[in-house]
Amino acid sequence: MPQIEVEHLTKTFSIAERESGLWGALKGVVNRKHRVVRALDDISFSIEPGELVGYIGPNGAGKSTTVKIISGILVPDSGSCRILGRVPWQDRIPHVKEIGVVFGQRTQLWWDLPVVESFDLLRDIYTVPQEEYQRSLDELLQLLTLEPLLDTPVRQLSLGQRMRCDLAAALLHAPSILFLDEPTIGLDAVSKLAVRGFVKRLNRDRGVTVILTTHDMDDIEALCSRVMVIGAGRILSDGTVADLRSRVTTERRLIIDLVEESPRFSVAGANLLLQEGNRVHLGFDPEQTPAADLIARVTADHPVRDLFVENPPIEEIIADLYREHGP
Amino acid sequence: MKPYLSIMETRFRLSLQYRAAAIAGAGTQVFWGLIRVMIFEAFFLHSTGPHPMELNDVITYVWLGQAFLAILPMGVDGEVRDGIRNGTIAYELLRPLDLYTHWFVRTVAWKVGPTLLRSIPIFVIAGAFLGLAAPASVTSACAFAVSLVGAIILASAITTLISTSLFWTISGEGAANIIPSFIYVFSGMVIPLPLLPDWAQPLLNASPFRGIVDIPYRLYLGHLPASELPWLLANQMAWTIAAILLGRHLLSRGKRRLVVQGG
Repeated sequence: MPQIEVEHLTKTFSIAERESGLWGALKGVVNRKHRVVRALDDISFSIEPGELVGYIGPNGAGKSTTVKIISGILVPDSGSCRILGRVPWQDRIPHVKEIGVVFGQRTQLWWDLPVVESFDLLRDIYTVPQEEYQRSLDELLQLLTLEPLLDTPVRQLSLGQRMRCDLAAALLHAPSILFLDEPTIGLDAVSKLAVRGFVKRLNRDRGVTVILTTHDMDDIEALCSRVMVIGAGRILSDGTVADLRSRVTTERRLIIDLVEESPRFSVAGANLLLQEGNRVHLGFDPEQTPAADLIARVTADHPVRDLFVENPPIEEIIADLYREHGP
Repeated sequence: MKPYLSIMETRFRLSLQYRAAAIAGAGTQVFWGLIRVMIFEAFFLHSTGPHPMELNDVITYVWLGQAFLAILPMGVDGEVRDGIRNGTIAYELLRPLDLYTHWFVRTVAWKVGPTLLRSIPIFVIAGAFLGLAAPASVTSACAFAVSLVGAIILASAITTLISTSLFWTISGEGAANIIPSFIYVFSGMVIPLPLLPDWAQPLLNASPFRGIVDIPYRLYLGHLPASELPWLLANQMAWTIAAILLGRHLLSRGKRRLVVQGG
C-alpha cells in the first residue's frame, strides 16, 4: 500500500497587482486587481515506503507548494492526499509527528540558541523520551559530524554547517518520511557531498522515505531512483532517471581529443556539436549509428589522443522537457 | 504541557540576554516617568476642588506604570511578524503543537522577562528618590500581586489576538499599529483612569484594558479595596477568555487562507 497518495491536488493563489509608480499605487488603493495563479493543477502521484524520489521543476513550478501541502501547512483548493492514512491539513498535529521537513532556504533552529539547546527544545516539543533522543542524537552527531558545532549559536554557523544541523533537527523524532526542499542550495561541493551521502544512508539503512526537491541535477543522479518533473503546476514526467532521458532524447555524446587540430571536422552518422581547439563534441543516435562503428570511423580518419562517450547532461534534458511543455 | 513550558522557558532565557536593552529601557522609562510626574504636579498645583485621586497616589500610579510598561500590548510578537513576512511560520506549523498556545506562551515569556529586568531597577530608583510609595498594606500588596498575574495573562491574550490579525498581512499591520494607542489611553497608562471624567467611568470600568493597568495599580494603592479582588479578577478573566476565544477563531480562519511567503 502506498505510504503517500496524492490525487488531483489543485491550489491557486491570488496575487494583488498594481501598476508601477505613484499613479499605479494610488489606483491600487481604489481598485486593486488580482491575478489568479494556478500553483498546482491536478497533481497526482503515489509513493511507496522507502522510496527516494526527486521532485524537480523550474522556479515557480509548484514544488514547494506541493511540499507545503503534503506537510500539512497549506490547505489545497481541491484534491485529496493521504499520508500514512491521514489527511495532512486535517490531522496536522499527529501528521507532523511522523514527518521531518527541511526547507533549505530557512532554518528551523533558534537563531540565538546554541545548536544543542535547539535540539533539546525539539526533544521537548516532540516529546521524545530521553533514551530514544540520546540514541538518535548520538547517531546523527556521528553521521553528520556535528559534535564540534554543538555549542555554537546558530547564527554563527556557516551555511553548510547549518544545513547539517537542520537535517539532524528534522530527524531527532525519528520520522518515517522526510521532505527536503532544496537541501543543497548554496552549498559548496564538500557540503553537498556530505548531505547527499547522509540522505543516501538514511534511506538505505533506516528505510526512511525521502522526497527531495532540487535544482541540482547531480543530487538527482546521485540519489534518486525515481524522478518527478513538474512544470507550471502539472506533472510532466514520472519515472526513473533513465526513463526521463529516453523520453526526451536517445542522443549520446562522443567527445574526442585529437592529436592535432583539424578544421572542419566531420564524420558520417554524427553531428558536430562543438569544436574547441583539439577537442570535438559529436552527437549521435546509438540506434542508428552504434558507438563502436562511429569510433572506428573516427579513428580511421584521424589520429586520436583520447575519446569518451557520455549522456547529454540531465540539465539539457530537463530544459528540453520544460520547453516542450512551456507556455 | 511539557512542550509549551520548554518553549516558554527558552524564550524567557533569551529575553534575559538583552541586558543592554533592559538598562536602556529602564533609563528611558525613568526619564519619561519624571516628565509625567512633573506634568501631574503642575495639574494638581493649579486645580481647585476635590480630587478623585491624591497627588501622592497619582505619582505612585505613574511609577508603577513605568515599571511594568513592558506588560502592555504595545506591538505584536516579533517572531510572529517575521514568521509571516518571511515564511518561517511554515516551521511553526510543522511542530506538533497548537499554534495559538505556542504563540500565547511565547508572548507571556516575552513580557515577563523584560518586565523583571526593568521593574526592579525602576522600583529601587523611584522608591528611594522619586516618590514611589510602598503598597498601602500587606493585603493590598498581595491583591496587587495576584491581579498583576491576571494583567500579564490578559495582556498576553490581547497581544496574541493582535498578532493573529497579521494573517491579513496589510490590514493586519494597520490594526497592530492602531490598537496599542487605544490600549495606552483606556488602560490608564496615560492618565490614571479615576482622573478621567465621571461620565466615562462606567465605560472605562467595562473596558477590557482596565485590567492591564488600572486594576492592579489601584489595588496596590489601596484605592480599590482588596476585598473587591474576586470581582476584579473576574473582570480580568472574562476579558482574557474573550480575547483567547476570538484569537483562536481568527487564527483558525487565518491558517486556512495562509500563503507561505517566498520560496
